[in-house]
Amino acid sequence: MTDKEIVEFLKNYNGPDVSLMEICGSHTAAIVKSGIRSFLSPHIRMVSGPGCPVCVTVTSFIDRLIALSGNPENVICSFGDLLRVPGSRGSLEEARAGGNDIRMLYSPFDMLEQAAKDGLHNYIFAAVGFETTAPVYASLIESAIENDVSNIRILTSIKTMPEVVKKIGSKMDGYLLPGHVCTITGYGLYEPIAAGIGRPMVAAGFEAENIVQAIYALVKLKGKGIVKNFYPSAVTEEGNKKAQRILQKYFEPGDAAWRGMGSLAASGLYLKDEYSRFDAGSRELTEDQVSGGCRCAYVITGEEESRDCPLFGKVCTPLDPKGACMVSREGACFNEYIK
Amino acid sequence: MNITLSHGSGGDATSKLIEEVFRNEFHNEYLDRMEDSSVVPGSSRLALTTDSFVVQPLIYDGGDIGRLSVCGTVNDLLMSGAEPKYLTAGFVLEEGLDTGLLKRIVHSMAETAKEAGVRIVAGDTKVIEHKGGKDDDPGLIINTAGVGFLDEKVNVGASLIKEGDAVILSGNIGDHHAAIMKERLSISNEKIKSDNAPLNEMVRKLFDNGIEVHAMRDVTRGGLGTVLNEFSKESGRDIFIIEEKLPVSDAVRDFSALLGLDILYMGNEGKMICAVAAKDKDKAVDIIRNSKYGGDAVIIGYAASPVTAGEGKLILKTGIGGERIVGPLYGEGLPRIC
Repeated sequence: MTDKEIVEFLKNYNGPDVSLMEICGSHTAAIVKSGIRSFLSPHIRMVSGPGCPVCVTVTSFIDRLIALSGNPENVICSFGDLLRVPGSRGSLEEARAGGNDIRMLYSPFDMLEQAAKDGLHNYIFAAVGFETTAPVYASLIESAIENDVSNIRILTSIKTMPEVVKKIGSKMDGYLLPGHVCTITGYGLYEPIAAGIGRPMVAAGFEAENIVQAIYALVKLKGKGIVKNFYPSAVTEEGNKKAQRILQKYFEPGDAAWRGMGSLAASGLYLKDEYSRFDAGSRELTEDQVSGGCRCAYVITGEEESRDCPLFGKVCTPLDPKGACMVSREGACFNEYIK
Repeated sequence: MNITLSHGSGGDATSKLIEEVFRNEFHNEYLDRMEDSSVVPGSSRLALTTDSFVVQPLIYDGGDIGRLSVCGTVNDLLMSGAEPKYLTAGFVLEEGLDTGLLKRIVHSMAETAKEAGVRIVAGDTKVIEHKGGKDDDPGLIINTAGVGFLDEKVNVGASLIKEGDAVILSGNIGDHHAAIMKERLSISNEKIKSDNAPLNEMVRKLFDNGIEVHAMRDVTRGGLGTVLNEFSKESGRDIFIIEEKLPVSDAVRDFSALLGLDILYMGNEGKMICAVAAKDKDKAVDIIRNSKYGGDAVIIGYAASPVTAGEGKLILKTGIGGERIVGPLYGEGLPRIC
């Protein structure tokens, strides 16, 4: 079938209703950007999943970073999106405006360079992410050891996908697997999960054509617990062994708290004990105080729509976000708002 | 030699700096009088604007803060339909700034002013303590204000956009943004260069040829998405743009895909967008294409009556066959690109 025929099929689909989850925030952003939702039949519902790192970060993580930034010996480094996420008492952006040294970086390795030149301060990276970003943090630690840079730490909020997908389980009729994550982990990991919940899963790239092909496949495969790989240029069954090795060298699985969802067993990654000198206290961060009324956690598990949230578009907007999903460019609510 | 606080004292060191660096480059019949203010010939209709420039790094592939500070203000005057005439230049220098670097930047300003046909008729210099971060080199901030003369007949503004107007973009988008990002991220890519340029020629030719131009904007910070939202909001018309028509160089497209930047919100410093009466659209594109800095001009969309009365929206027709409303840029895009 040509892409044009697929688009026509998805426009005119008149079969039983299907709810499909795109797990990854980059897919959410790509779906909105390419206007795919504007032509999907009303019988096909796309749900934005929990694969936006900022969106699933608990408030105590933000609070801890702000507390650490209050010490003039510390420099906090972070990716941009995280700066605006509300903690229980303000955001990192507000703390920066108050004079704390909080820097927006595009790569954790920039921090290593700055730390190496500056022996007087401790540099702490706000290490959020999934399996895709985790190997970067592992190589950061490896470089720090090799170059004998001891004044860096990471505060981690690293999550892994399988457990949360299992938790959502058969509530969805199919899953668009996170392309970048699968590049690292391989799609084979999802085969027992798909079989267990009896739902199809497709690994796909991020171009509009890749996404419509995957949606088409998921509609057609409804009810079948199998995994298809539509992203063979990047994703294999086994994944990236080199990245997996460095990950396993420095990190180990542990329970992790997801914003608004509570703790999920073995759904996070933490620095191993022998590298704990590089950790800024990540394991203690389980407390979560979501703003009153915020429904982010229900939105990203497919139980509610962004527009059902009483805060959405009224007191919670991209300029004044109350929940993390409204902050991130990959967030479900942000993308619903700008749509 | 480095700038010290005494260069801002107003005394001997200041005079010397002005003589050696500024007057040398900027001299003209008005500035050379060195009075407290310049007296210049005028017009009965003036356009006035001001802008401050804080870009980091100070020098980047394709330009520098000096060229930018002239282009930015000149283009703002042009976009109101005025002929740019005079600029003022205010410099805030950080202690420790290398004078060689300052001279290079001032020279670039003088060259760009010459190209844009404007004279720098007043200036000011202040020196402040170095306030950069722990690793930053001392920098400078430039403010330029501009005056332009407006013909009695010229009347342009976003509120004048009519249904059926063609929306024309003067060339590839995202170049300046990508050029700054590549410097800041130390990514080498020879194909990416800033587009900072004064747009006098294309604007003058549009008016000289009697093209019915309804609105013009230079597509700077906030990018096409933000600027066209101003068009749709102020005109109350829906603006449709066609994704496949958007001109982007391959190098910038790949670069932005790699970094997750949205082309629609990337800043430029030498591109304009204009809404032109439908009858003149092909002629207008020809004129812009035959002007300096307009070689890649293209019609990217059109204005239409709004779906919801009174609420103009910007709508992108996507390659895959969908439509989406494009909002203005939320929050900070990239700080300090201009």
